[in-house]
Amino acid sequence: MFRKRQYIALGVVTLLVLLILSLPPRVASHLKLAVGSLFLPLFGLAGTTQQLPADLADSVLPRRELLQQIDRLRHTNEAFQVQTLQAAALARENDQLHSLLNWQQQAPWKLRLANVIMRDPANWWQTVQINLGSRDGIQTNLPVLTAEGLVGRVSAVGYTRSQVVLIGDPNCRISVIVENPAHDMGIIGASGPLDTSLVDLTYLSGRASLKSGQNVFTSGLGGVFPKGIPVGQVVDSRPVEFGLYTEARVKLSVDLGALDQVWVLLNPQLN
Amino acid sequence: MDILQTILILTAAFLAVFGEATFPVLPRWLGAQVDLLPVLMVYAALNLDFIAVSLLAVLGGLWFDALSANPLGISILPLYVVGFLIHLRRDLILRELSFAQLVLGTVASAVVPVLSVLLLLTAGKQPLLGWGSIWQWIVMTAGGAAATPLVFALFNWCNHALGYQPRTETSFRPDREIRRGRL
Repeated sequence: MFRKRQYIALGVVTLLVLLILSLPPRVASHLKLAVGSLFLPLFGLAGTTQQLPADLADSVLPRRELLQQIDRLRHTNEAFQVQTLQAAALARENDQLHSLLNWQQQAPWKLRLANVIMRDPANWWQTVQINLGSRDGIQTNLPVLTAEGLVGRVSAVGYTRSQVVLIGDPNCRISVIVENPAHDMGIIGASGPLDTSLVDLTYLSGRASLKSGQNVFTSGLGGVFPKGIPVGQVVDSRPVEFGLYTEARVKLSVDLGALDQVWVLLNPQLN
Repeated sequence: MDILQTILILTAAFLAVFGEATFPVLPRWLGAQVDLLPVLMVYAALNLDFIAVSLLAVLGGLWFDALSANPLGISILPLYVVGFLIHLRRDLILRELSFAQLVLGTVASAVVPVLSVLLLLTAGKQPLLGWGSIWQWIVMTAGGAAATPLVFALFNWCNHALGYQPRTETSFRPDREIRRGRL
């Protein structure tokens, strides 16, 4: 009798799993976000707890050092302002040339800062969650980056948080262009499970002439990432399939293991 | 059904999933995150009834998948299969022995991720796998094994502190008292 109940429970759980797995993707996504929202109060608590040591350290920092830091930041800010003026002049000139050639003009990027609130607990995915959602104008497939370079793209959006699939995950493939005379193009694929800073660059032509240290940028193809975002640098390359293709390894510009804050690009203008 | 223990184990599962997602200390040092759900499942299968085992598998799996890129529900079956098999043989297992706990924790922590990945591959997903996955699997197995006796000790302490303790009876009985006196 006792065993019979256990087997009934096994059957019920199996049926439940099959039912959940066979839900339509949209319903499953909503259900997933609803279950995940149970953790929201704990995310706030964890954020406060992690911020506490930094606040304590700030409170004991000497005033002299703070003033020195402010002075340094003021100088840096002035340098950036001069550079911004120069960039604005170049942008105006670029727009004029675009209009002369009847090319589409580039709009300035609209960026939104987001905090990384958690990482994927499973070892076989490379995703993080950020504290921006549909209420902040986030949509799926928006590019996510830092000042160093590309991070990934938004893969699922909830009301207050979103999931970002990082470069190196098999679900985040990026069309890139190598900064070399031949402008070789390829696809950034998966990284290794342990070293996530190195990713594979595949689908390069057999005549690709890659050298270590060459910069890799997004190509603007593929419909997700705009052109020109830094991705990383070529480490090494090798011919495959008897020289038919070339494969390379790329060291990512961004340290994906130490992400705290990222920028979401709200208006990716694609070429 | 022991409601207090069931609530305790479900709370622990909730906090374990949250901790794995929020504090990635181990992945930075060792390259892999240790999953505590198989460890909790070993405890539940040995000490609780099958309703608690089912609840832990369903809720723990849903919580884990909700914070992960896994398809929702894929982690339930691996957890439940391990819990179910241990629960069926629970009378033959010396659950009080730390060595038995260690062995069961090792087996559960080794089997659950393998079953999860197999299910993912069966479902047509492409998880991030490679030679480094073997190291991750070893870390998960060893971490789970080391955590199992600790989890047992923690829950035993919690049960002792929060649960009802039956009063032990002494062997002294007044009607059996041997009275000595003048005959």
